[in-house]
Amino acid sequence: MSIPGEWYLALGAVLFSIGALGLLVRRNVLVMFMCIELMLNAANLTFVTFARMLNDIGGQALVFFVLVVAAAEVVVGLGIVVAIFRRRRGTTADDLHLLKG
Amino acid sequence: MAGGLGPVHVVALLASATLVDRITFGIGATIVILGAIGVVVARNPVHAALMLVMTLFGVAVLFVEEGANFLAAVQVIVYAGAIVVLFLFVIMFLGVDREENLAEDPLPLQRPLAAGLVLLGLAGLLVLAIGAHWSTGAPSVAGPAQGQPGGDVAALGRSVFTTYLFPFEITAGLLVIAVVGAVVLARRPRQEAAEENGDEGGGGDGGEIAGPGADGGVESTESVARSVAGTVTAAHGRAEAEEEVGP
Repeated sequence: MSIPGEWYLALGAVLFSIGALGLLVRRNVLVMFMCIELMLNAANLTFVTFARMLNDIGGQALVFFVLVVAAAEVVVGLGIVVAIFRRRRGTTADDLHLLKG
Repeated sequence: MAGGLGPVHVVALLASATLVDRITFGIGATIVILGAIGVVVARNPVHAALMLVMTLFGVAVLFVEEGANFLAAVQVIVYAGAIVVLFLFVIMFLGVDREENLAEDPLPLQRPLAAGLVLLGLAGLLVLAIGAHWSTGAPSVAGPAQGQPGGDVAALGRSVFTTYLFPFEITAGLLVIAVVGAVVLARRPRQEAAEENGDEGGGGDGGEIAGPGADGGVESTESVARSVAGTVTAAHGRAEAEEEVGP
């Protein structure tokens, strides 16, 4: 018998938390994007784990769609980073306070 | 597997797994965690991207371990092969691949608060993941994943092209929108570009980088010359400062 699903769920929780921590403490927009990818991967791992625990292919199909959304998100996000970099030299999130109240 | 699993029970379940499974899971989990920590603590964005590749490979190993062979291949090809390369391309294109100082902390309370918040969330998630029996839904609603002819590839293909056909078509629209959005974001409006060219002719803002498409050769040569001049001036100023400090 293979590894129980709870171990994968716990690993997914740890991976998600590390990604969330990085998103909160890092200031480089590109690294923040990478941390979002970490969180998406944690969700993917959880989906695949549930797909195995329930013997249901739907979880794997959802991972497929998460991959597509992640790709689209990275393309648009990096386009925004490049567009912002044209205006102000730097990829630090603190510089982008134009919408600050 | 009845409800109300405790940590002791989960550890006992781990002992019932085969040695190969345990070793594979251990290696994969170690790679994933180390890579994720590396992404967060790396000072250089390029190193963070490489650590992200490590994490993605670890997740692919775990996918294989869980019987999702197709997703493992897609993970390596799409994530490690395309998305991270896109990251690296943007890092190199913008020239931000320099070390940043992580020791300085502009907001004093930010890191303790973030750590506390994340630890709280992690504790909740771990209690739910280990303590509660989550997978209580009806099994195999969208079709069984294991024991199908053709393996998980055939099962996933059947599912995507029958049950999830409409979402699949919508993702095509999403990708087209993303591509159009990226193109719109990346290119400057013609009028604005012309105005900026006029400004730069009169010695306007020097911080503009030369775009590949809209700029003529003369303008980009100008900006290169200006940036070289700026570098020389900066180096000169630094040399002067060192001379003042030196003797």
